[in-house]
Amino acid sequence: MRDVAVIAYAQTPYVRTERVRNEVEMLMPIIDEVVKKAGIPRQEIGFTCSGSTDYLAGQSFSFVMAVDAVGAWPPIMESHVEMDGAWALYEAWIKIQCGEVDSALIFSFGRSSMGETAETMTLQTDPYTMAPLGPDAISMAALQARCGLDAGLFSERDMAEVAARNRRNALTNPEAQLAGEFDVEALLAAPYRVSPLRDHDCPPVTDGAAAMVIAAADVARDVSDKPVWIRGIDHRLDSHQLGSRDLTKSPSTRLAGERAGVSPGKIDIAELHAPFSHQEIILKNALGLDDDVRINPSGGALAANPIMSAGLARIGEASRQISGGAASRAVAHATSGPCLQQNLVCVLEG
Amino acid sequence: MAEHAAVIGIGQTDFDAKRVDVSQVGLIREAAERALADAELDWKDIDAVVIGKAPDMFEGVMMPELFLAEALGGVGKPMLRVHTAGSVGGSTAIVAASLVQSGVHERVLTVAYEKQSESNAMWALSIKMPFTPTMVAGAGGFFAPLIRGYMERSGAPEDTGIRVALKDRLNALKNPVAHLKLPDVTFEMIQNSPMLWDPIRYLETCPSSDGACALVIGNEKHGRAASRPAAWIHATNMKTEPTMFAGRDQVMPKAGLECSEELYKKAGITDPRKEIDCAEIYVPFSWFEPMWMENLHFAPINEGWKMTYEGATALDGDLPVNMSGGVLSTNAIGASGMVRFAEAAMQVRGQAGDHQIDGARKALGHAYGGGSQYFSMWIVADQPMQ
Repeated sequence: MRDVAVIAYAQTPYVRTERVRNEVEMLMPIIDEVVKKAGIPRQEIGFTCSGSTDYLAGQSFSFVMAVDAVGAWPPIMESHVEMDGAWALYEAWIKIQCGEVDSALIFSFGRSSMGETAETMTLQTDPYTMAPLGPDAISMAALQARCGLDAGLFSERDMAEVAARNRRNALTNPEAQLAGEFDVEALLAAPYRVSPLRDHDCPPVTDGAAAMVIAAADVARDVSDKPVWIRGIDHRLDSHQLGSRDLTKSPSTRLAGERAGVSPGKIDIAELHAPFSHQEIILKNALGLDDDVRINPSGGALAANPIMSAGLARIGEASRQISGGAASRAVAHATSGPCLQQNLVCVLEG
Repeated sequence: MAEHAAVIGIGQTDFDAKRVDVSQVGLIREAAERALADAELDWKDIDAVVIGKAPDMFEGVMMPELFLAEALGGVGKPMLRVHTAGSVGGSTAIVAASLVQSGVHERVLTVAYEKQSESNAMWALSIKMPFTPTMVAGAGGFFAPLIRGYMERSGAPEDTGIRVALKDRLNALKNPVAHLKLPDVTFEMIQNSPMLWDPIRYLETCPSSDGACALVIGNEKHGRAASRPAAWIHATNMKTEPTMFAGRDQVMPKAGLECSEELYKKAGITDPRKEIDCAEIYVPFSWFEPMWMENLHFAPINEGWKMTYEGATALDGDLPVNMSGGVLSTNAIGASGMVRFAEAAMQVRGQAGDHQIDGARKALGHAYGGGSQYFSMWIVADQPMQ
């Protein structure tokens, strides 16, 4: 395997509604920023891969317009996954492993404000057996939380503490959408949104985009003072049928974590893509993280949940912690699908 | 490449306008089971799964790979979903190949599909977006002016497209899984079919199909051990350019010219017309055969039509093109690119039946998409690259 490093990362400020800019206009400044930071001329970046979904844009081929943000002239070697940008990163990492290219630009984007996100996600479920029942994203997460509560794995107080910590952490993240000091007692006094989830257990609706440049070792050392090495990256998937899963566990996260090499070795921080508070606890257990691991110094998905970028953002935020000197070894995680169906784990080191 | 990779199993569904006998699950399962049977492998032998399809709105399911994962034995495995417009079937095969070439996996299953009968592609392509002019014209309305441009530049005879359509429709009669079969097709029948988007006639366009295509791609060890001949992947390439900008040549896109040029270089090919035995390329409207002959460097600029006209692209020509009957006969959009790649592999494996080219040892698979702006291609051969 070739050593590959994250050499630059940028993201838009995360906002509830991006009123002025379209997707291309959101992407252009951060792609410009990330390419400049990387110090590799645009035309020399060997591969470009993006992640997005037509169902946020409400338009077929919505990723095609995003090519306008890249400067694809002369033509570029480019690909796209209908997945979170974290999987675009994986495809790019594979391309570098093939020896075909030495560097890659990855980006992802989405404007959840264009529709009713929770209900749009219903269309992600089995169209024959599940979607006709109309389960929205929050209701499905609530089922999962109820399973965990019933199994005694966590309490509603534990969940509120997760939410309060993430939004407190977000106070130091200028790009976060929801940040602040929240009193756990006050949070628990609030009514349920979908029992047992209260508002604080759910992610905000977010518009945003993220971009990253990675490079193989020789290039990375040449252009970067502080490359952040991808020591392992793996992704796995669980059944789609909620009824055939133990929703209190995430076997695909556990497996991906093992394959990515989370242990042995001390983990300083973890950036976990947990859109719902209880999911952070499930993920922490699946990855076997100790209590001294700092989870989501960025505020995580509870502070900003740019769908299709929130996973790539975890890897980007973890790489920032390492390049900024706040951590030397980190685990970053991305998820997709109802109730943590598909999961990617990435181990990063300075 | 770090590792050699080879196609060791190929499966296609039967294609039809409406496969009402199967769900999306049943459709992809049919292709995957046929590919596994061809490779003489079981689900447990597969390390990872790569799915490709065109826009999700074609079936009305957001990221359908999530609900299809179990039908492809994906639980506990890595699974990727590729989408690069019309070229997606080709790009998906390339991503699957890269999982093997990188040394990360030994055997990968890849499936591309479309079940157009479950939604309405024309609707899905015609949604009104704010501040954007709609083009309620379908793909034909978009590509007809490009064809007209080609005709003017090249001076190609008006009936070139009819000749392409006749050839492909006759080839389809030899392909057991092809969708549209017209046993009594004639030049006059195509010529007299209604003009849809001038100069594209009804019988010069592709149908809307339900169907799927699957490949099993293995590393060198599995390629050599396979009981049926393997199709060795010599080179792959993908290229993209923006849809519109002043001065863009949409008739002869630079992305396609460069993609094939680099592909041949990677595959060690210096004279593609001579060294490639047959080509299965993405021709959704008949006239794209001569256009792509030039874009793929098989013919000089403005002379691609001569290949069609002189019969060079017929089954008995010096460079047979679209032996399967092509996209003109079968078009499950998301699968169409992979079907092209699969046909190239079938030819060098000698398993193409009645549409087999004798002695085919090296073949090109090609797909394109968007506004003639996404290209994916591969070269496969009967022996590993030296």
